[in-house]
Amino acid sequence: MDQLLILFIAIPMLAFFATLLWQNKSEKAIGKIVRFAKVSNILIALSFFVWWLINGLDPISHKVATLYETDHFVFAIQLYYDEVTAVFSIVGAFLFFLVATFSKYYMHRDEGFKRFFNTILLFATAYNFIILAGNFETLFIGWEIKGICSFILIAFYRNRYLPVKNAFKAVTNYRISDVALMLAMWMMHHLTHQNINFSQLGEAKEIANAANQTGMAIFIVCMIILPATIKSAQFPFTTWLPRAMEGPTASSAIFYGSLSVHIGVFLLLRTHPFWEDMLWAKIVIIAIGAITAIMATMIARVQPTVKTQIAYSSAAQIGLMFIEIALGFHWLVLVHFAGNAFLRTYQLLVSPSVLNYLVHHQFFHYVKPTQKIVSKIKASIYMLGIKEWNLDTIMFTYLWSPFKWIGKQLQFLQSGVFIAILAAAGIVLLILGCTSQDSIPSLNGALPIILMSIALMVILFAFSFRKSAIKAWIYLITAHLFIMAAVLFNAPHINLIEIIFYASGVLLAFILGFYCLQKIKKIDNDISLNQFHGYVYEQNTTGFLFLVSAMGMLGFPLTAAFIGIDVMFTYVHSNQLALIILLALCLIFIELSAFRILLRIFFGPHKKLNHPVAFRSS
Amino acid sequence: MSNHSFDEAHVVHELKHFLPAQQALKDFIHHNSLHAFQHMKFYDAIFKASKIFGFQVHLQLPEYRAMYKTGRIREDVLQMVIANKKGNNAVTEWKEKLINQDYDTLNHPRIGQLRKYWKDVYHLDLDNKVHPLLFRILCAFLDQGIAIDSFPVVSKPFIESIRELEQNSFVSFFKTKVIRQKFITGNYSISELLKTIVGKDEYFGQYIFDQQFAHPGWSGFVSAVEDNPQTLLDRKQITLKELLEFELLMELDVLHHVLGKNWQPLASHVTVPPVNLFADVTKTELAEVIELWQDAFEWSYYDSVLKGILLASENFKTTIELKDSKAPLAGVGGLSSGGRGGGPSLQAIFCIDEREDSIRRHIEAVDKNAETFGAPGFFGVEFYFQQEGGKFYDKLCPAPVTPKYLIKEHDAKSIRKGELIYTKFTHGILSGFILSIGFGFWAFVKKLQLLFRPKMSPAISDAYAHMDKLSTLTIENKNPADIENGLQIGYTLDEMVTRGENFLRGIGMVKNFAPIIYFVAHGSSSANNPHHGAHDCGACSGRPGATNARVQSFILNHKKVRAILATKGIVIPDTTQFIGSMHDTAADVWGYYDEDLLTPENAKRHLINKHNFETALNLNAKERSRRFASINTKQELEQVRKAIHSRSVSLFEPRPELGHGTNTLAIIGRRQTTKGLFLDRRAFLNSYDYSTDPDGAILTAVMRPIGLVCGGINLEYYFSRVDNIKMGAGTKLPHNVMGLFGVANSSDGDLRPGLPWQMIEVHDPVRLLVIVEHLPDIVLKAIQSSPEVFEWYKNEWVHIVALDPIEKQFYYFKDGAFAKYEPITNASEIKTIHNMEEFIEGAKEMETNNIVHATEENLPVYLLD
Repeated sequence: MDQLLILFIAIPMLAFFATLLWQNKSEKAIGKIVRFAKVSNILIALSFFVWWLINGLDPISHKVATLYETDHFVFAIQLYYDEVTAVFSIVGAFLFFLVATFSKYYMHRDEGFKRFFNTILLFATAYNFIILAGNFETLFIGWEIKGICSFILIAFYRNRYLPVKNAFKAVTNYRISDVALMLAMWMMHHLTHQNINFSQLGEAKEIANAANQTGMAIFIVCMIILPATIKSAQFPFTTWLPRAMEGPTASSAIFYGSLSVHIGVFLLLRTHPFWEDMLWAKIVIIAIGAITAIMATMIARVQPTVKTQIAYSSAAQIGLMFIEIALGFHWLVLVHFAGNAFLRTYQLLVSPSVLNYLVHHQFFHYVKPTQKIVSKIKASIYMLGIKEWNLDTIMFTYLWSPFKWIGKQLQFLQSGVFIAILAAAGIVLLILGCTSQDSIPSLNGALPIILMSIALMVILFAFSFRKSAIKAWIYLITAHLFIMAAVLFNAPHINLIEIIFYASGVLLAFILGFYCLQKIKKIDNDISLNQFHGYVYEQNTTGFLFLVSAMGMLGFPLTAAFIGIDVMFTYVHSNQLALIILLALCLIFIELSAFRILLRIFFGPHKKLNHPVAFRSS
Repeated sequence: MSNHSFDEAHVVHELKHFLPAQQALKDFIHHNSLHAFQHMKFYDAIFKASKIFGFQVHLQLPEYRAMYKTGRIREDVLQMVIANKKGNNAVTEWKEKLINQDYDTLNHPRIGQLRKYWKDVYHLDLDNKVHPLLFRILCAFLDQGIAIDSFPVVSKPFIESIRELEQNSFVSFFKTKVIRQKFITGNYSISELLKTIVGKDEYFGQYIFDQQFAHPGWSGFVSAVEDNPQTLLDRKQITLKELLEFELLMELDVLHHVLGKNWQPLASHVTVPPVNLFADVTKTELAEVIELWQDAFEWSYYDSVLKGILLASENFKTTIELKDSKAPLAGVGGLSSGGRGGGPSLQAIFCIDEREDSIRRHIEAVDKNAETFGAPGFFGVEFYFQQEGGKFYDKLCPAPVTPKYLIKEHDAKSIRKGELIYTKFTHGILSGFILSIGFGFWAFVKKLQLLFRPKMSPAISDAYAHMDKLSTLTIENKNPADIENGLQIGYTLDEMVTRGENFLRGIGMVKNFAPIIYFVAHGSSSANNPHHGAHDCGACSGRPGATNARVQSFILNHKKVRAILATKGIVIPDTTQFIGSMHDTAADVWGYYDEDLLTPENAKRHLINKHNFETALNLNAKERSRRFASINTKQELEQVRKAIHSRSVSLFEPRPELGHGTNTLAIIGRRQTTKGLFLDRRAFLNSYDYSTDPDGAILTAVMRPIGLVCGGINLEYYFSRVDNIKMGAGTKLPHNVMGLFGVANSSDGDLRPGLPWQMIEVHDPVRLLVIVEHLPDIVLKAIQSSPEVFEWYKNEWVHIVALDPIEKQFYYFKDGAFAKYEPITNASEIKTIHNMEEFIEGAKEMETNNIVHATEENLPVYLLD
C-alpha cells in the first residue's frame, strides 16, 4: 500500500503531460483529462486516508528512488504520510476539484484555456510533492515547481504590464524563500552528516543538543521560519499576496485564497518536531503571526477593493494559525486551515457578485453618513491601512535598492572586452580547479570568496543592466563559471561528475536561451532591457523556450543542474559564513536577472501598435 | 488645445470631453465610445482618434483579408463598394491593393510623447510610483461600501477631505515634508505646479493630456461623477480639477523624493516643439483601404438583408391573397384563443431590443393569429420608481430624459434574504477565526451546491427583484399637490391620456385590438456579473422594465382614459385588457403582473396564451443555445430550456447571455416587412405604420431615440470589439470589483470602462443599418428634425435606408440625400428555412473566438417558410 503514495504525484503529473499534447481549442479533451485527474485525486486522498485510519494512524515513510548517491550525499525521493499530510491532501483534493470544475466553464474560450489547465495540473503535482515529501530534497522539488506555477498564473495575462510587474514581485519573494530553504538543507546536512528524513527530525534535534550545536540549529530554524513567512504572506512580506490576484478569479481562489498561501503553515507543522523545544523560535513565530494578524486586519478593514480585502483577511487568519502552531494546537490548526481555505476560495469565486449584492443592500439600508470626530490615531490608522503600512516601499528601499545600487556602480563591466576576458578567466579557472587545485594552497582560504564575489558582482551588474539582453544573458553564464570555480577551489576532493551535472544543465540552458534571444534580435534589432517588448504576443513558442531556459539557468528541477546545485552546497563548510552568504545571494539574483530578461523581452505590452495593446496602467 | 498660453479651464473642459464617460456600473448606459468625435464623419473621426490616443478603431488588415477568403466579405459587394467610391475604372487596381498590397500598419499615437521623457532622461517610472497610491486613495474616497471602515471625512470635497486627514494624522500620503506642507497650506495652483514640473507654458496642455490618459479609466470616472453625482448612491464631491491638482502634487512629491534637487523641469530636456494632439490627420492609402474593406464587410450583410426584405414582402402578399380566398372558413370552431372573427388572438408589445426578435418570431409561429409589436421598452411612460423600503429612486426611461414623475411601490410581499458570505465579520480577527472554522465548512457545501445545483440566491442579480410581483403601484395622481422631492407622484388623467395615445399611435396600434394585449418588458438575471446592468433594458436606463409595462397597462385599462381616447378616434373595446409582464432574456422566463384583474373569459384565453408562450420560450431557448458550447442543442426542448435557465444563476458562467452582441439592424416599420425573415436576433424592431402617419409627424418622435439608443449600443459594441483592450474592459475573468462602482484588473489597476470580452466575442463590428418604411423625403424630414439626431446619419455613424412602402424601392442616405439603391444579391442566394428546429441544430458553432471563426457563427438572412 505504501507504494501507492506515488499515485498522489504521478496522476496529476501524467495529466499535466497529457494536456500538453492538445491545442487550446480542444476544450473537451483537456476537460476530460482534468476530470480524470480531479476525481482520481479525491479518490486516492480519501481511500488512502481510510486505509491509513484502519491501519492505526502510524506515520508512513516510503522511499521512491535514489537519484544520486555518494559516500557523503544522498539525493532520494522520499514520501511521508501522517495526519498533517492527510488533512492537507484531502482539503487540497476537494479544492482542486471545485476550482477545476468551476474553471471548465469559467475559462471557456479564453486564449489561455490550455495554459491555465496545464498550470493548475502542474500545481497539483507540486502541491502533492510538498505535502507528501519525506525529506527536504523532495519538498524542495515541489516548492520550486509551485513557485513557477504561481509565477505563470500571476502573469497569466502576460501582455499587460501590471500582471508582469506583480508576478516579478512574487518571484522575488519566492526566490528568497527557495534559497532560504536550500540553506536550511545545507546546514541540516552539516549538522547530521546525512540527508535526513522528516521522520528523523526529532533525532536531528537530539544531535544538535548533544553536540552543543545550538548555532547551527538556530540557523536552520531561521531558514525554515523565513520561507514559511514569505509563502504564507506574513509580516513583513504580506504585500505580495493582494498583488498576486492578477490571474483569472478561479486561479486566485485556489492559489492565493487557499492552497498555496497555506504552504507556510504546512512547513511549520512539518518541521515542528525540530523546533518544538526552542522557546525563542516559538516566540518569533508567535510574534510574526500576531503582528500579521493585527496589521493585516487593519489593512483589510479599509480596503475598497474586494479581492484585496479578502487577501488581507486571509493573511490575518494565517497569522493566527502561526500562533496556534507555536502553541502546539495542531488539530486546531488543521481545522482552521481547512475552514479558512474553503471560506476564502468561496469568497473569491463569488467576489464579482459583491457589486450587485452590496449595491442592493445599500439601496435599502443606506443611512447618510454623519461626520464623526476623526481622532489623530484614527486618521493615522486609516491612512496607514490605505498605504498598506508602507511595507512595499520598505521592502523595496531596504531589500532591493542596495543591490540595484551596487549593480549600477559596476558600469565598468559593460565593455565587451572585459566580459570576454572575464569569461575566459572563468573557463581557465574552472579547468585549473578541476585538474590542479592543490597546487595553489596559499590562496585556498580567500580564493573561493574572491571568485564568488566576482560572480555576485557580475550578476548584480546584469540585474541592473539596461542594454542588450544577450549581453546580460552572457554575464549570467560567466557568473556561473565563477560560482563553479569558487566551489572547486573550496573543496579539495570534489567529484567531477557533480561538476558535470551542474555545468551540463546550465550550459544547455544558456545555449537555448541564447538561441531564443538571437531569434528575437533578428526580428528587431532592439532587445534592450530598458523597456518591455512583449514578444510573446508574436513569438509564443520562443517565449516558452526562453522560460524553460531561464528555469534551467537557475537549477530548476528540469536538468541535472538541480542535483548539481544541491550537491555544490555540501562543499561549503558550515563555518564559511561569508562564502555561503555570497552563494545564496548569487542564487537569488541569478534567478531574478534571468526572469528580468524573460519579462522585459517577452512579457508586458507588445511594442508594436498594429493591434490592440493594453494601457500600461491596466 | 492651444499652442500658446495655458488656459486651465479650457484644458479641463477639453479633457472631460475626450475621457470615457461611463458612470457607475450598477446602471449601464450604452453610448458611443468615441462620442467626442461625433461631430466628424465616421472614418475621419476614427482615424483621428486612433492617431491621437492609439486606439485600434477597425479590424486589422489581415482579418479583413481572411474574411474575404472565407467568403464572409463578398467579392461582388467589394467590387460594388470600390466602384462606388473610386469609380468603375479603378476597381482592379484597388482590389489588388486591398487583397495583396503590403502596408505598414504600425500606429504611432501622439499621446504620451511628452511624459515619456521622465523615463528617457531620468530613468524614472513616474506612473509606477504615483498610480498605485493615487488609485487607492481615489477608490477609498469614492468607495460605496466595500471597506468596513469607510473614508473618515464625509460630505466634503475631495481635496478638502484629504487635507483634513493629512492635518489630522501622524502619517502622510506624501513622502516629502515640503510637498506635504505645500498641500496642507493650499499654497499652490495648477499652473504653478506645472511650472515647476514641466517648465514651459506651451507644453502644459500636452502634459496634462499625457498624464490623464495614462489612466483614462479613473479620470473618466471622476469626470463622470463630477457631472452626474447621482450615479453614486452615497454621493461624493470630486472634480477632475481636484484630481489634476492632487496628481501633480504627488508627482512633484515623487520627483523630490527620488531625484532630490537633481532635476530640471521636463520641458528643458525636450527639443521638439509641443505636439498639437488634435491637429488634422492626413489620410493615408492604408486608411482608404480600410474604409473600403469595412464598407464591403458591412454591405456584404446589409445587401442580403435588403434583398430579403423585398422577397419576404412578395411572399407576404401571396400569403395574404391565399388567406383572403379562404377567409370565410377561418376562425370557425377552432380553439383559437382569439375572439371576434378574424382579429388577432393576442397582441404582445415587446421592447425594440434585438434580443426579442427571436421570441416574437416563435410566438407568431406557435400561434398564427398572434400579433407582435416593438417599441422602446419604457413604453412611453417616463418616471422615477421607488421600490418599497428603497432609499433611492430608479430612473425608468432613456438616460437623457429627466422625468417629473414618481411612481411608488406599496404592499411588497417578499423579503430579501441576506447572504452570510458577504458579512463583514469574516474580515475581523476573532470573528474571522470563528467564521472560518464554522462557516468555512458550510461554504464548502455551498460551493458544491453552486457547481452542481445552481439556483437563485440573494447573491445573484434577479431581474424580477426590481419590483415585487404582488405589490401595488401609485400610478394615478388625483391630487397634483402630491409631490415628493419635487416630483409629482403618479400621472394625472390628462397626462395618462397623452402617454397612452402617443404610445399607441407611435406603433400604429389604433384599431383591431385583441382581447388581451401584453406589454412585455425585459430584464436579465445573471450571477457573478458586475456588468449585469448592460444586459437590462437600455431604454430604461439599464434597468428591468417591468414597472413601465405595468404602468402603461394600467393607463390603457383605465376607463376614463379609454373614454377620452375614444373621442380621439382610438376605440378600445371593453373586452380588451392590457397586462404587464416581463421576459428575462437570460433565463428565458416570462413573468406576468396583475393577472387577477383579467375577466373570466380573458383569464381562460390567458391560460392558453401562457401555454403557447411557454412553447415559444422553449424554442427561443433552443435558438439561443446554439451559441453556448456547454448546452447540447439537440436535447429535448425542456432540457435545453432548463440548461439555459441554470446558466443565468450559475456563478461560474461568464456568459449568462450574449447581450446585444451581433446587433446590426434597426427596422422601423410594420411587422409584415420583417415577419417572413430570419434575422438571427440582429435587428432592433420598432413597429411603425406609415399609413397612419402620412406627413411623418409621428415618425419624427419615433426616430428621436433610435440613433442615441440603438446607435449608442451598436457603437459601444463596435469599439469594444475592435479594441477590447483599450476601449473595452478586456476579459472579465480577472476583474476586481472596485468600490462597488467599477472593475479593474488587480488591486492597482486603472478602471476598465467599456464591455468585457465575453460580451462582444460574437459581435460583428459593423455599423447600424436603420431601415425605415416610409417615403424618403418624409424620412429625411424626420431625421433632420434636430441637429443631435441628424448628426448620427449625416456623419455616417449609422447608415439609413428608406423603404418606399408602395414602390418597394430602397433609398440609401448618402451625402445629405436619399438615392436609389438596388440590392445586388440574387434571389437564389437567399435560402428558406423549412424546419426551424432542424435548422438551429444544423447551425455551426464557432471553432474559436477569432474574428474569422466568430463571424461564421452569425447566420445570413433567411426566408421563413
